[in-house]
Amino acid sequence: MGKIIAGIGTSHVPAIGAAMDRGKANEPYWKPLFDGYLPAREWMKNNKPDVAIIVYNDHASAFSLELISTFTLGVADEFLPADEGYGPRAVPNVKGHAEFAWHLVEQLILDGFDMTIANDMPVDHGLTVPLSIMNGEVDVWPYPVIPLCVNVIQYPPPTGGRCFMLGKALRQAVEAFDEDLNVVIFGTGGMSHQLQGQRAGFINPEFDTMFLDGLTKDPASLASISHETYMREAGSEGIELVMWMIMRGAMGDNVKEIYRHYHVPASNTAAGLIILENA
Amino acid sequence: MHEINDIEQAEIAKGAKGAKGAKGARAVKKDFDIPGTFVFTPAHARQGYHLNMFCMSLNKTENREAFRADPSAYLDKFKLTPAQRKAVETRDWLGMLQLGGNIYYTFKIAIADGLSMQHVSGCMAGISEEEFRQMMVKGGRRLGDPHTE
Repeated sequence: MGKIIAGIGTSHVPAIGAAMDRGKANEPYWKPLFDGYLPAREWMKNNKPDVAIIVYNDHASAFSLELISTFTLGVADEFLPADEGYGPRAVPNVKGHAEFAWHLVEQLILDGFDMTIANDMPVDHGLTVPLSIMNGEVDVWPYPVIPLCVNVIQYPPPTGGRCFMLGKALRQAVEAFDEDLNVVIFGTGGMSHQLQGQRAGFINPEFDTMFLDGLTKDPASLASISHETYMREAGSEGIELVMWMIMRGAMGDNVKEIYRHYHVPASNTAAGLIILENA
Repeated sequence: MHEINDIEQAEIAKGAKGAKGAKGARAVKKDFDIPGTFVFTPAHARQGYHLNMFCMSLNKTENREAFRADPSAYLDKFKLTPAQRKAVETRDWLGMLQLGGNIYYTFKIAIADGLSMQHVSGCMAGISEEEFRQMMVKGGRRLGDPHTE
């Protein structure tokens, strides 16, 4: 059967990918952030999964306002980096795992989660930056990836509670797979940040710390945080943190924190990273 | 109008209310009053659809080039209101949001212009790009700072 061996929460700031792509990671502005990623990359090397599920959001790249899907699962054999206006990131194409992805879609829909199914979906920085953060610069990504794309741009996104429940259903679906497969799940986006309006630049380390602590101490309370609270306390784009709740829901009831890194700023954003294993 | 509070959210999370489905209909919050913040609500989405879809077109290289070469002719292809068109032409970043723009879409104009998110953010906040960058290096805009109350 499939088994979720770990959960990773990480920001997916495009400037982090750009700093790597342009060889700036050792510059004074970026070094403290990237130094904190080194232990996470070491952990990743020692805990290489057979497949990763990456929960992320598209930023008007693959999808536009023409069609807004709340939860989309990518079932393709391969996903190409999207052109976000600068030309596609010069990172490897992302290999999928079609058989496992179709299994997950089938199980989730029969379990009451009405997923949208994507056979052709370019993936933007929301998905590729977490891969860069955890794996550094590589010629080939070390494991196949199943993209789980969540709408967080058009209000309302799914609630944190719904995301938490989807995570739980995802865990059951993973465990119902015939083949032995070790799975790592990423919840990405956040942490506190705001790109827009006069309040642009808003950062709230107290909220972020509460959220990181809550992942181990009291995830059910995190699952009850309302959209308004996210937007008010974590900034309008901090609402991306609902995607971490899918990751957390997919883990067991009790988890232990393996590693944490938190740094302000990465461009406009408080960058957080956490690695969780089942206790 | 009834607002969903955190306790109700917790009930939803536990499934106590979610199972009621359509019968458990709840009033929906239509707008928010968060300082210096535009929530991309259904009303904003309706107002800004054509503006945002113009921005979306700039994902394509050939469209970026056409827009740069003849902005007026390019904008003619989209059903922008005169106010939206003026906001685009004057790069009024805050104005675009007020007229239904969404930052992930309007930022595509900045990409085409070769401008950074921190430039755009600074414009919206009424400070220079460098001042904005320095604010972030010092820990960002914190509760109690301008535009947070």
